Amino acid sequence: MNVTENIESQRLSFWEKIYLPEIVKGMALTLKQMFEPKMTRQYPEERFEPTGSYRGRPVLVLDESGERCVACGLCSRVCPAIAIEVQAAETEREKERFPVKFEINMLRCILCGFCEEVCPEEAIVMSKDYEMVFENREDGILGKDKLLVPIAQLQDRLEYLRSHQYYEH
Amino acid sequence: MYAPLIEETLIAAIKVVILLFGVVLPGASACVYFERKISAWIQQRIGPNRVGPLGLLQPIADVVKLLLKEDIVPAAADKKFHFLAPLISITIAVAVFAVIPFGNYVLIGNTYTYLSIAPHLNVSVLYVLALTSIGVYGITLAGWSSNNKYSLLGGLRSASQMISYELSMGLSLIGVLMIGGSLNLNELVIAQSGLKWNVFYQPLGFLIFMIASYAETNRSPFDLPEAEPELVGGYHTEYSGMKFGIFFLAEYANMIAASAMMVTFFFGGWQVPFLPEILGLHDGDLLLGLLQLGAFTAKVAVFLFIFIWVRWSLPRFRYDQLMNLGWKVLLPLALLNIAVTGTVMFFLK
Ligand code: SF4
Ligand code: SF4
Repeated sequence: MNVTENIESQRLSFWEKIYLPEIVKGMALTLKQMFEPKMTRQYPEERFEPTGSYRGRPVLVLDESGERCVACGLCSRVCPAIAIEVQAAETEREKERFPVKFEINMLRCILCGFCEEVCPEEAIVMSKDYEMVFENREDGILGKDKLLVPIAQLQDRLEYLRSHQYYEH
Repeated sequence: MYAPLIEETLIAAIKVVILLFGVVLPGASACVYFERKISAWIQQRIGPNRVGPLGLLQPIADVVKLLLKEDIVPAAADKKFHFLAPLISITIAVAVFAVIPFGNYVLIGNTYTYLSIAPHLNVSVLYVLALTSIGVYGITLAGWSSNNKYSLLGGLRSASQMISYELSMGLSLIGVLMIGGSLNLNELVIAQSGLKWNVFYQPLGFLIFMIASYAETNRSPFDLPEAEPELVGGYHTEYSGMKFGIFFLAEYANMIAASAMMVTFFFGGWQVPFLPEILGLHDGDLLLGLLQLGAFTAKVAVFLFIFIWVRWSLPRFRYDQLMNLGWKVLLPLALLNIAVTGTVMFFLK
């Protein structure tokens, strides 16, 4: 059998072996700790304001000319949680493809940000929204109405992405 | 001097009711509240503060939650004993309170009303030690009847741990008994009058008793019977709802009882230092009785605080360390303590 020798008795000094001084030290530490300032944030009243680096709920960007997404389906393909469903359609406009259906199942999404990374149009980005509460499973599947967010609200994230990107678009 | 039997029985019954609803339940809920608060403070959190002012109603919310939870009994469990185990635990835990002297006596009219249920029990020390040994049955039965290997291991650990520490606990008290010369708790307290607290004569005895009490009440750092990382929840893995709540209550009742014992044996019990002489109070005055009650409560509160403080400071012992400490360290020290006390007393008298 592979039994190693218990060398605790050799490793510890006499004072460590009788425990008590070490216990007193530990208790003194926790006693001091009791009077330290508290870290708790009283959540519903005191809210957490994330910075641009925060990966909250993924949303679709809505700029002056409308939605940016061209329904290429890359995000849907890359999503490790298989949370995105895109259905493409065509119009007569210059940018002819658009998603007729774009759904993110927030019960599946793991907020990894791969969809944002892969999107060629910078059309899907992570927002600062971290309050994802649903009362039933159907509500957890967000359609275009809930996903499209005006670009003005996403500036922090877009700036963060541009200052951290590895290649030119 | 004593009141007739019927009256005495009635008074005892009233005392039992007061004890249950005025001491054990509020005491346990206060413990739960402070356990949560102190653990929070130690971890730089705030702790419960939403239910009621300062979160004071949190224990009530906890109990309501436990009452409303589904009570699940495992299909393969031994139903009778599964039901019985928490009841044994709580009964034993509460029964210890019968002999705790919360104060001396108060003279109402010309009847002596003792602030304790059984003040004249002449073997109350033995009674306490015997009950704490029976307490292990609740936990062991819970572990066995659940038909779950983790529960069984928890119950076994509890049994071996209690048997090992029982010995040193009893032996550590012998010094106190030699000094006090009685097995009655109230008389032991009376013997400690005038700041002749046993802790000054028996510091080693107190240390051993305190450590053994922590092991007896299954509190951290000796909470091996419910070691979550290894045993899921130990003996109460298969308990839910109010049955779990009763184990919880029993743990806190045991904690209060153990603190009360430490105070009674080593810190002068209900003795109030200096104040009665200054105020010119005599035995039997109502005010003195209240003062004694207050002093006792304050002393117990300090020990309860230490119980909680220790729990949130120290890591759990390993099983072999626990057994080493019990048999190879505490037991010889307790015997040494008796020998030294005996020798000193022999030469001083
Ligand atoms: S969001 Fe981006 S990656 Fe996804 S379908 Fe639209 S354009 Fe393509
Ligand atoms: S964040 Fe990740 S999991 Fe969520 S939709 Fe995008 S790729 Fe899928």
